[in-house]
Amino acid sequence: MNTNRRTLQLVLQNTPYILFVVVFLIFGLLSPRFFTVQAAETILKQASYIGIVAVGMTFVILTGGIDLSVGSNMYVSAAVAGLLMQNLKAPVWLGLLVCLGVGVIFGLVNAFLITKLKIVPFIATLGTMVAGKGVGLLFSQSIQIPFPDSVLQLGSTRLFGIVPLPIVIFGLVVLAAHLVLTMTPIGRRIYAVGNDADAAQKAGLQVDRVLATVYIASGLLAALGGFVSVAQQGVVHPGFGEGYEFNAIAAVVLGGTSLFGGLGTVFPGTVLGAVLIQMIQTGLIFTKVDIYMQPLITAAIILFAILLDAFRNTQLQKLRRRNIRTDKDIAAGAVSSA
Amino acid sequence: MNDSILTFENIDKSFFGVPVLKDISFQLPRGQVLGLVGENGAGKSTLMNLVGGVVPLDSGRMLLDGNPYTPRGPSDASAAGVAFIHQELNLFTNLSIAENIFINGFPRFHWLPMLNRTAMRTQTRQFLDAVDLPVSPDTLVEKLSPGERQLAEIAKALSFNARLIIFDEPTTSLTARETERLFALIERLRSDGASIVYISHILTDVMRLADEIVVLRDGEVVGHGRKEEFSVGRMISLMVGRDIQQLYPPRTAQATDRPALEVRGVSQPGIVDKIDFTLYKGETLGVFGLMGSGRTELARILFGMDGCEEGEIAIDGVVQSKLSPRHCIDTGLAFVTENRREEGLLMDISISNNIGLVALPHYASSTFTPLHEQRLNGQIDEVVGSLKIKVSDVRRQAVKTLSGGNQQKAVIGKWLLRNPQVLIVDEPTRGVDVGAKYEIYTILAQLAAEGTGVLFISSELDELMGVCDRILVMGNGEVQAIFSRSEFDKERILRAAFREQVTS
Repeated sequence: MNTNRRTLQLVLQNTPYILFVVVFLIFGLLSPRFFTVQAAETILKQASYIGIVAVGMTFVILTGGIDLSVGSNMYVSAAVAGLLMQNLKAPVWLGLLVCLGVGVIFGLVNAFLITKLKIVPFIATLGTMVAGKGVGLLFSQSIQIPFPDSVLQLGSTRLFGIVPLPIVIFGLVVLAAHLVLTMTPIGRRIYAVGNDADAAQKAGLQVDRVLATVYIASGLLAALGGFVSVAQQGVVHPGFGEGYEFNAIAAVVLGGTSLFGGLGTVFPGTVLGAVLIQMIQTGLIFTKVDIYMQPLITAAIILFAILLDAFRNTQLQKLRRRNIRTDKDIAAGAVSSA
Repeated sequence: MNDSILTFENIDKSFFGVPVLKDISFQLPRGQVLGLVGENGAGKSTLMNLVGGVVPLDSGRMLLDGNPYTPRGPSDASAAGVAFIHQELNLFTNLSIAENIFINGFPRFHWLPMLNRTAMRTQTRQFLDAVDLPVSPDTLVEKLSPGERQLAEIAKALSFNARLIIFDEPTTSLTARETERLFALIERLRSDGASIVYISHILTDVMRLADEIVVLRDGEVVGHGRKEEFSVGRMISLMVGRDIQQLYPPRTAQATDRPALEVRGVSQPGIVDKIDFTLYKGETLGVFGLMGSGRTELARILFGMDGCEEGEIAIDGVVQSKLSPRHCIDTGLAFVTENRREEGLLMDISISNNIGLVALPHYASSTFTPLHEQRLNGQIDEVVGSLKIKVSDVRRQAVKTLSGGNQQKAVIGKWLLRNPQVLIVDEPTRGVDVGAKYEIYTILAQLAAEGTGVLFISSELDELMGVCDRILVMGNGEVQAIFSRSEFDKERILRAAFREQVTS
């Protein structure tokens, strides 16, 4: 009885890993090609840009907030960078810098709306999402904006001839975010605000400053994620970025981060979530599932995982409830009643 | 040398146009314990919130060590060496003790923006030693008991060399042993030179700890002097402004022989075992037990919040096939929870909306038709009036602005709209002052007189003996004994509650 409980607890605590392995095995059995290094590389490479965005989203969700504007942000910042590099022949480094700058502006606007005007994050970022898209279309006149070839080459570069550059950038972002969250004062304060914003205020923390930081980080990383993505695809089409906020949020939640804040990790959490989503999408292509069925199946798997997560949390809570009667009492009771 | 650490001069403060503090002037003695007592809403917490920098004052001034003291926020207060241990602790449960202690100013690792974990651990260990809490600095706060959390919060106060430490109702969630430990610590802090303000409704504790006592009533100082000038009786009469002859209302209700709630053989492994009892209409049945005896857990099972593997529960003679809070509410069960802040009230919404919440379905013909707002509001006003909840705007004022006792009344009020058959109250008078206690007892007695069965869970034996018809004693998740009023005897009841610990 007791060992059963312990096994159950162990299983529930490691649901993200188990889910990951199960999905991996299923697709692998359906399509042997799935087990190759080539496939693993494809998945990681494609997971990298949504992963970068999801890392920023993790910061926001850890404070109990949400950033719906990341998709629009990716579009606008990439479009501006593309126009700059294509029409004004700006060098790549300047393009990247401006792209990140636009992302930071997104973050600043969100931070202003949320901390100064006290608008709830959901509405504030919903607003910047729609407004941002509008601004982007105004710039681009809704035509495709190609990135110069030099950027495309960069997108397919390999570090030491082995690891594709997008994966390296993703890795660096994860490392930096992990260090910030676990080792720095601001990281610990993000968790504190997410746990109890009222208490944080009473403890004398500058809650607004913490909130501003996470939205700016999210804006910056969304822009970087967008750039990395376009560096692989070559063009910014008018629909670029649409719906990516859902993927980023799903990656964070699949990685075990609580939408209520205060609980979760970038590594392994969000990394696992981002790779899992990409694995599902790539797996569906490998197994030749009808292309129009794919979004439906992806959504179903994500919803199932989130459902599992909710179930897991209630179960874990029950298991953690303190026992009043010791096992000895229960055994004694069983003997006496027998 | 000046012998006062903090001086209040003509302090005024009002909320929503209602004056809460009127022309308060007194001095806090240095290096001593000042007991601050008063009814709920007398202004104790507000006064201390001014000191802690939580709210600003309207007029008047404070002097700390003779210098003007104007904290603009809690961080100013801690920088000035003022620590405020709130009734609801201010710790982050998802962080470690060390991280909680240094959340405002982490030690850096050389010039890097990184935490110096080694320094945090060493220093935290010192502070934990000072408060006698033998756990690792890396322990997550969520793993600590309420008593241990309090010690961690005091350790935090020590970390910024607090010279003035304010305790607001520190013992409400502590066991007897933890309380003793806290008192010993307070004595030690005082002998080390700290000045202490101790706010509590448990007047015997105040008498025991305090060197000086200040009594507040309706935002004014009505008594101030050395402890020797006070007695519990004098404090009470100063607090309420009249002599209280009785602590408990006269018992008018007559228990009937018609059962309101029948519990037969309820068991849940690890929690409770073979619980059997019957609560009759018009009866007040006390449930007594030590911390961890299973009383709250039993209440949660009865209310359908947690499941039970075996047993039967009948409400008003009808055996319940399925237990869920919604179902229990529909069959006439009501539950006033132990933890009003987290389980009983929605703190940010208005008093009126909180009280109306449970009864809502009864004020509309279906879920999607408009509410009979007038009828509902009329009922709410009636309840607020009959419970004497002190409030300036029932419709708009958020529940969190009410004092503890008034919040408790609002929780009870929420259930009154439903005329419950069975009312389960868990620690209804915790953190509530003498006057409000009397009012709560009166409300419960009235309900019983109208035929409601009241299940009164409490860890204060005196109040159970004062208001109950029978007392059921729980221990180790089992019913240890049931005493009828004629058999009430403090020692026998305590003996029953402790039986496990004595024999094994």
